[in-house]
Amino acid sequence: MTTQTAPTTGGEAGTDHAAVARLKHRRVTRWTHWINFPLLMIMIWSGLRIYWADVRDPFGFGVGLIGWHWFDFFPDVINERLGLERRLARGMAFHFTFGWLFTINGIAYVLYTWRSGEWRHLLPDRHSPGDSITVVLHDLFIRRKPLPPQGRYNGAQRLTYTLIVVMGGLAVLTGLAIYKPTQANLLTTLFGGYETARTIHFTITIGFLVFFVLHLLQVARAGWPNFTSMVTGYERIKAPADAGQSRTGTPEAAGR
Amino acid sequence: MSDPGPESVPEPLPASKRSDADEGRAARYAALETAAPTLDESALRRQTRRSVLTGGAASLVALLGWRWLQTGPDDNNIPVTLRRGHEFNEALWRRLSGRTAPTFDRSRSSMLRVNGRHGIGDEIDLVAWELTVLGPDGSEWGRHVLADITALPKVELTVEHKCVEGWSHVVTWGGARFSDFAALYADRLGSESTDYVALVTPDRGYYVGLDMASMLNPQSLLAYELEGEPLTQDHGAPLRLATPNKYGIKCIKRIGTIQFTNDRPTDYWYERGYDWYAQL
Repeated sequence: MTTQTAPTTGGEAGTDHAAVARLKHRRVTRWTHWINFPLLMIMIWSGLRIYWADVRDPFGFGVGLIGWHWFDFFPDVINERLGLERRLARGMAFHFTFGWLFTINGIAYVLYTWRSGEWRHLLPDRHSPGDSITVVLHDLFIRRKPLPPQGRYNGAQRLTYTLIVVMGGLAVLTGLAIYKPTQANLLTTLFGGYETARTIHFTITIGFLVFFVLHLLQVARAGWPNFTSMVTGYERIKAPADAGQSRTGTPEAAGR
Repeated sequence: MSDPGPESVPEPLPASKRSDADEGRAARYAALETAAPTLDESALRRQTRRSVLTGGAASLVALLGWRWLQTGPDDNNIPVTLRRGHEFNEALWRRLSGRTAPTFDRSRSSMLRVNGRHGIGDEIDLVAWELTVLGPDGSEWGRHVLADITALPKVELTVEHKCVEGWSHVVTWGGARFSDFAALYADRLGSESTDYVALVTPDRGYYVGLDMASMLNPQSLLAYELEGEPLTQDHGAPLRLATPNKYGIKCIKRIGTIQFTNDRPTDYWYERGYDWYAQL
């Protein structure tokens, strides 16, 4: 968002009024996306402070995280009276205040996506499961089979982007279940009780982190114009220099 | 950067190699985009400039806000904005409160760990112990020995005890409802009662404050038994507070003084950055 975009090369075609870019991400989608990014980071960062407060926590989520846990945690044990307690308090303070912003932003995104009809690009259809296998194999360079037709998002993207929204909702609900296990005890019971709700909550966090890494890799791989479309909203459908050649997967629809 | 082609989008198959089904799908997907607005070259440039400036400004505001939050004034050891956040949550949940925590079968409970010794560092003579009750103005309303509390109707509760640190443990408390104890002072309290209750250890090393509604919850106990046995000194003998509706930090061990008050009492962990309400 803060990166300067270079002026498009061959931009002298100012007299050309042909359509060169098409709206991909609407304004509300872009705002909620970029607002969600720091909010989710704050939620994970403050959530880990709460998670790490219990030295004897029986949860273990893979060697990597446990390794990280011990690396970060030992200094706090040494400074127990100073560091650890204060950090937990700060973690809780951030988590329970920013949780509202995360929730409101998420609700705004879901409502907008629903009301605007954008969900049609996003929700999986009956082809998505099959498509996503082809796409993943293709992206892992395992199989070079021709890719199936796609709209704005391919099958793998549809599944992933929908799942991540569902995970966001689950994170909020399990969070509420462990934040207010008495006042919201129906919810807590629904998630299998306090301890189980906690496990689900932390598992979702791991899921967010995995998604984040994959998302960054895929965005890097998709290239600059794809990235800038999440900033400007518009994705090029015609190269600035050779305006005659469309580069998208749906040239017929684009060439108007 | 000069390559505008969105590489995420695969090269389309030549039309001749597509099946009819794929054609149909491609057309359906394409139809979704026909209504999407398009821009010409100069409009795209304007849109790009506008977005980058807006995004840059928004990022700057967010960064400054974050810095201010981290380095700005504190209120009892957390940034003042987050303290207001806690208070907002308290105001909200006070309206929604009044439920009781789920209870469990006695067979599921087991001995609780000892997690804190604030205010109970040294052992005391349990026989000499007395509970002092103070009124809002600090005047003494009464003194009690343990027999006064055990004379009240005994309640056993098997509930999940929860720590701010994250762990929880199913335990069985035995004791008297605080509401039954407060009834001893009904005349002095009047119909209005007080807004808060302050509880302090005999050495004043640990102190908690709770709102009256939470204290009068039927699950708020003045507990003298844990797992069917009299409390040990580690667990707050002879009398402690036990409630499944607050975090363990509110369940003060070895109560020395109980004060009915209308001024919000301070609280050991509140002063150290935790939420005053600490409700579950």
